[in-house]
Amino acid sequence: MAKLKISDLKKIKEKVHAETALREGDRRVRVTVHMGTCGIASGAREVLDALMREIEESGVSDVVITTSGCMGLCSREPLVTVEIIGQEPIKYEYVNPNKMRQIFKRHVLEGEVQTPFVLARGAEIVK
Amino acid sequence: MLELSHHILDIAENATRAGSKTVRITLTEDTGRDRLTLEVADDGRGMSAEERGRALDPFFTTKKVRRVGLGLPMLADAAERTGGTFTLESAPGRGTRLEAAFGLRHLDRQPLGDVAASLVSLIAGNPDVDFVYRHRHDAAEYVLDTREIRQELDGVPMNHSDVLKLIRDNIAEGLEEIGSEG
Repeated sequence: MAKLKISDLKKIKEKVHAETALREGDRRVRVTVHMGTCGIASGAREVLDALMREIEESGVSDVVITTSGCMGLCSREPLVTVEIIGQEPIKYEYVNPNKMRQIFKRHVLEGEVQTPFVLARGAEIVK
Repeated sequence: MLELSHHILDIAENATRAGSKTVRITLTEDTGRDRLTLEVADDGRGMSAEERGRALDPFFTTKKVRRVGLGLPMLADAAERTGGTFTLESAPGRGTRLEAAFGLRHLDRQPLGDVAASLVSLIAGNPDVDFVYRHRHDAAEYVLDTREIRQELDGVPMNHSDVLKLIRDNIAEGLEEIGSEG
């Protein structure tokens, strides 16, 4: 049976502890993929998958991924929110894996908001 | 939903939002009985009797931002159109358990799809929640338990990209080994 190797997990632990010792800051960016039923049915998992692979390939360690539920704009799904610390959150609509890769490379890594895909700026207010 | 793995992600995400600490996902492929059974059990806050009674009503939801709740009705419909069944048990403070049984080789059964991607998405988005994924194919069995992985990682976050890659590869390898027909 396929068993996770303890030695592989130990290697990751040592690598991450070494990285943490070198790094001064903590998280710089939080990317939230909205993962309600509507989001999943529209392709949110594939978007999250593309984001995870980009993070893996780029080797960055200051980007944190979160998921959230439906925010009520089901027809605009998949929705992704990018929050760079100290800046207002940007919500992207109709995201697909290709758009996600572009958002990651241009916005998350270089700080350039991808205006054609933007739904809104700022956080939603729940009344 | 195009794949059963999308349903699994959707239902397990609901479980995490219900405050669950551990979510157990079990898939059983029984070729002799021609049955594929999905069971999701959590230790979240559970549903009241009224919520449980209306859980399959697509126009009922506990959410405030919209007026429909399609996750459970779509899963129940997907199971029933393959000659299967759907059951839901829940009580306040005691968590929720659902079981969806499908005709394994029924023409209308959705493909299982990319289960590894769903599991990795769940772990990435909910690094503090534990997931126990058990997949049986007749006598063969694959088990992934994030509690064991967490113990070995000693403080390294579960959603670290190296950990997620290892889990993704392990699930794919495990399902191939047990000969999943999903």
